[in-house]
This record gives sequence, C-alpha cells and structure tokens, in this order.
Amino acid sequence: MNGFLAQQVPLSWFLLLSAALFALGIVGFLFKRNLITIFLSIELMLNAVNLSFVTFASQWHAVKGQIFVFFVMMVAAAESAVGLAIIIAIFRVRATLAVDQIDRMKR
Amino acid sequence: MNVLPLWLIPLFPLAGFLLNGIRGRCLPKWQVTTLALAAPLASFAVVLNAARRFAGMPIVETCPFPWIEVGALRIDFSFVLDQLSLVMLLVVTGVGLLIHIYSVGYMAEEKGYARYFSYLNLFLFFMNVLVLAGNALVMFIGWEGVGLASYLLIGFYFEKNSAANAGKKAFLVNRVGDFGFLVALFLLIANFGTLTFTEIATKIAACAGWQGGVITVIALCLLLGATGKSAQLPLYVWLPDAMEGPTPVSALIHAATMVTAGVYMIARLHVLFAHSPFALGIVAIVGAATAIFAATIGLAQNDIKRVLAYSTISQLGYMFLACGVAAYSAGIFHLMTHAFFKALLFLAAGSVIHGLGGEQDLRKMGGLWKKLPVTFAVTTVGVLAISGIPPFAGFYSKDAILYAAFVQGPGGMALWLVGAITALLTSVYMFRLWYMVFLGKPRSEDVHPRESPWTMLGPLVALALLALGGGWIGIEHFSSFLAPSTGPLSLEAVTPHLERNLSIAAVGIALLGWLIAHILYYAKPSAPATLAGAAPRVYKLIAHKYYVDEIYSAVLVKPLLLFSRCFLGWVVDGAILGGLAWLLAALANLGGMILQRWQSGNLRSYAAWIAAGAAALLLYALVPWNALWPLSLDTLLKGMGH
Repeated sequence: MNGFLAQQVPLSWFLLLSAALFALGIVGFLFKRNLITIFLSIELMLNAVNLSFVTFASQWHAVKGQIFVFFVMMVAAAESAVGLAIIIAIFRVRATLAVDQIDRMKR
Repeated sequence: MNVLPLWLIPLFPLAGFLLNGIRGRCLPKWQVTTLALAAPLASFAVVLNAARRFAGMPIVETCPFPWIEVGALRIDFSFVLDQLSLVMLLVVTGVGLLIHIYSVGYMAEEKGYARYFSYLNLFLFFMNVLVLAGNALVMFIGWEGVGLASYLLIGFYFEKNSAANAGKKAFLVNRVGDFGFLVALFLLIANFGTLTFTEIATKIAACAGWQGGVITVIALCLLLGATGKSAQLPLYVWLPDAMEGPTPVSALIHAATMVTAGVYMIARLHVLFAHSPFALGIVAIVGAATAIFAATIGLAQNDIKRVLAYSTISQLGYMFLACGVAAYSAGIFHLMTHAFFKALLFLAAGSVIHGLGGEQDLRKMGGLWKKLPVTFAVTTVGVLAISGIPPFAGFYSKDAILYAAFVQGPGGMALWLVGAITALLTSVYMFRLWYMVFLGKPRSEDVHPRESPWTMLGPLVALALLALGGGWIGIEHFSSFLAPSTGPLSLEAVTPHLERNLSIAAVGIALLGWLIAHILYYAKPSAPATLAGAAPRVYKLIAHKYYVDEIYSAVLVKPLLLFSRCFLGWVVDGAILGGLAWLLAALANLGGMILQRWQSGNLRSYAAWIAAGAAALLLYALVPWNALWPLSLDTLLKGMGH
C-alpha cells in the first residue's frame, strides 16, 4: 500500500471491505455444513482481520500492524496444518464431513 | 559434657510410634520388638543422664521460633526440667520401659502386635511432653495426647463391643474434664497474659495479698480437669471400664502414669492453689471422698482388674488429699510409690490372667501360689506395699500424707480419719484379693495355670524391688529435693511423738485389715456370704458400685441422647440442614437442566452464540449509551464504588 493508493482510495473503503469479508466468513461458518467450507470461512475471517491490520498500519505509518499480520499468517498456517489433519482423521473415522453429524462428544 | 537436649526424651517414642505405626505391619516381629523397646530405653537413658547432671537449677529449653504470637500474648514451645518433672520423668520412662518389656511377653500371641507397641510409644511421647511442658498449653497438648493414646489402647480389642464402648466412655468423660482445663487456660491468659508456669508464679508473687476471686475460679476449673484425667469424683466412672484394654496398658496408663497427670498438674500449678484456700479445701474433700468411696466399691468386686481399678481411684484420692492439704511433695511421693506397686500389682494380675488363659474372675481362682510361685511372691510384695506395711514403699508415702493431713487442725483430723478408714478398707480388699487368688483351695477344676515367661517376670521382679525399696528415701529427703518446684512441705507442730504414734496407728490399721481379710476369706470362707446376707441392701449397693453408672445414664446420658436424637437429629439435622441441602441440590439440578440445553453438541450453534456475544459487545461499544439514557452503566458502577 503506497501513498498513491492512500490518496486515491479512502480508508473507509478498506475497512468496509474488511468488514464485508469478515461478515462473509461468519455467515459461511454459521450456515455451511461441510467442515472444509467452515474451515475456509475461518481463513476468510483471519484474512479480513489481516486486511484491516495493514490498512491501519498504512494509515498511521506504524509497522506494528504489518508485523501482526505476519504473526497471524504464521499461526493460520500452523492452524490449517493441524486442522486439515484433524479433518482427515475425522473423515477416516466417520466417513462424513457434515458437522451436524459430528456430535459424538455430546453422547 | 552438658545435659543432652530435653527434646530427645519425647523424640524417641515419637520415632518408635511413627516407624512401628507406618511400617510395623510389614516388619518381622523381632524388628517391631526392637524398635518398640529401643524407644523407651533411649528416653530412659537420656533422663538418667539428665538426672545425673542435674544441678538443682531448672533447665529451660525453648523452641527458637515463637509458637503463638497474638498481640502481647506470646506462647513458646518450651520444655522445663526441674525437680518435679525429673521425678515424674524417671517414673514415666522407667516404669514405662519395664511395662514395654513385660508387654513383649504378654502380647506375644496377640494380633496387632505392632499396632499395640506403636500406641504404647505414642502414649510415652505425649506423657513426656506433658511432664516436660514449660507452659500450660504444651501441657495441654500432652494432656490431650495421653487421652488419645488411652482411648486407642482401651479400645485395642475393638472387635469387642464392650472395649469400643469403654474407649468412647473414657474419651467422652475426659472431655468434660478438658473443658474445665481449657476454661482455666483462657482465664489464665485473660488475667495473667501468660501461660508459662514460672511467669504465673512471679505475677502472683508480685501481689502478695491476692486471694480467692478469679484464682479460685481458675483453680476449680483446673480441679475439674484433674478429676477427669485422674478419675476422681464425679468423673471417675471411665477408669473401671478402661480395664477392657490389655493388662499392661491398665498398668502403665490407667494406674502408674497417665491417671496421675491430674496430681502432677495440681502440683505444677500449686501457686494458684496456694492463693485459694477454698479451692484447696475442695481438692482435699474430693480426694478424701474419692478415696473412701472407691475403696468401699473395691470390697465387693469380683473381677481382679476391677478391684485394682477401684484401688487405683482410691489411691489417687490419697494423692489429691495430699495436694489439698498443700503437701504436694507427699502427694508426688505417693504418686511415685503408687506407680511402683500398682504397676506391679497390675502386671502380676496380668501374669495370673495370662497363666489362666484369660480368666479374670476372682471366684474361679484360688491356691495358685504353688503353680505361680514368682507371681505369688511379687504380688505379696505389692499387697504389703499398698496396704502400708513397713518397710514396703506404700507405708512411707501413705504415712506422710496422713501425717500431713493430721497436722492441719480439726478439719485435717477429719481428713485423717477418712484416710485411715480408707487405709483399713484398702488393706481388707487387697488381702481379700491375695487370699482369693493365691491361697485356699482351687475353686475351679478346669484351670491349668502356667508361670509366665521371663520377659514378664523380669519387670515384675524389678518393680517388686522398687515397691519394696522405693520409699526408703524418706519423705524428708524427698520433699527437700522437691522443695524448689513444689514449695517446702510445711509440717508445723512437728512433734516426734505424734509422728511416731500416727505411724504406729497406721500400721495397726493395716494389720487389722489383714486380720479381717484373713478371717473372712481364709479362716472362715463362708463368712462373707453371711455378712452380705445380714445387710443385703448395703451389699447390693456396694456390689453395684452405688448405681453411679445407672444414675449418670438416667440423669445425663439418656436425656442428652434423647435431645440429640429428637431435636438435633430430626429437627436440626433432618429438617433444617437436610432440607437446606435438598433445596440447594434441587436448585442446582434445575439450573443444570436449563443450561444443559445450551450444550447441544452442535458446532454451529456454539459458533452462533460466539457470534452473538461478539455482536453484543460490539453493540455495547458502539452505541452512545450516555446520550440514550442518562444513567449509564459506567455511572452506575461508579456510584456503587462510592
């Protein structure tokens, strides 16, 4: 993000985009049944947050925000590795990825 | 070399208790025995070392850290070795050692061998703490501890219902006494601000004219405690039942050492009693009354151990009588000789019971002197000693007490008369026991007596020597030795004729008792039955121990039980506490049932709740509440803060 973009596009647009992406992530998380899709929704929410981080970093000329983004990406990578492993394990056992049927813990 | 540290004395039995109590079940028997005997032996050795080096000045040993520190009150964990505690320690560890050795033979066949010895060591630990205590609170620890050990050992055969009940009875009756002791401790703190014996003495000495008042109250509370532990009227009822324990326990705890703790406590705090003639008088009356009361009961008991139990109560009464006439050293003297001869008598009784395979009924014994020659010989020494026949130990101490009572004036002469009658009764029932057990013809065919092993006879012989020679030191030497801790024995009007005449009278009384017992239980065996038939009511009254147990049961125990069961049990526990508990449980159950619906197990519903929560927080952060509503949450919280 450089000075040109900052002059051309107002801050609120970035934030609105970020909020829209986050809301999409939440909606996907809540309404999708497939575990993989839910997983993708989580990634979407993380990246929406990342977008707002870099927006503010550019706005306030603070590098902290960008550092945070790197952290979030790192954690997200680790999380997706673990998450995918869990999903595969669940699929092997249950032969389904529909979350409504994966409620074994309750019983 | 200096005196070894005092804390070693209780430490060894404590170590013995812990080792045998924790590991004893898994150890072979000889190791249990070694551990159990090493503890009192080591303690006794330390005490002997201390006695040899003791130079007359009290040795005070205080834990470097304060134990209790509240405001101006500071209580240290301190031990004191002075003349009084030295004598007590010698008796406790010495007699304790002998009884430990005896127990090895007596308990050899019993289950729970290690348990028995761990309890016995525990008792010795607490007794040493009690005796060594430098202040009343440390003494209280020992006091309660010996009560615990006594409870455990009375109920040693806990499979037997009567033994379990006897243990409970002893514990509960002692609680009544301990209540008195505790109140006395509180009053001491409130009025003197200290519990240290020496400081109490200095504070009392500072105001010479201080008499009666609160000191009387404290002294009477202490007396209540002493009557509980030392089995005096009205709290003596637990001691006869305590005979359910093994016989060496009866000898050590319920005759020689623990029950004398009350006497020791009074002697230790004699400065309080010295400033309250009223309390002192009560002590003397309690002692004299108990002495004669228990002696009459002892006449008509048929269980060998119960005869000895009532005799113990009676002899403790003598010690209280001595304390009551301010002859503390005479009381301690009798305590010492009594420890020797009563331990001897109990252990000899144990040897008889052991030899007869558990028989305790006097009416089934008889003619045993041929079969149990050593036991017979040592019992004879014990009987002569307790009856007060010179040159045996009991004569010297009993004589000193009676003399000290006699010189107290008219009231003292009444006490002397009671003491003299008690001496007569003592002589009668002890020789009755002697005749019934050892002389005459065997009354039962199916007894096959065998003499006890040497582990039992050895201590018996040692105690017999002590019961023979324990009094030869003489009251003059003894009291002048004890004078720094118990005050001098003031026997005014010391006229040699009076003392000699009283001694002759005492011996005459003892011999008269022997003669009566000889006629009734040897020369004319039918006479007791005739006598009992002549006054059936009196006999029945005595044989039933004056119905004291029945009266206590009707007046105290039954109403208390009724109150507990009906009011406390049904109303308080059942309705109020139970109802409250039920209500709480029902509320929790209801809450659980409602909240349970949340835990649907559906991942998406959880996520929805998270989203809803986040949205709510966001809403709270975004909406300008102050503008919408003047009384915002912030102002509300602030208002509560003020």
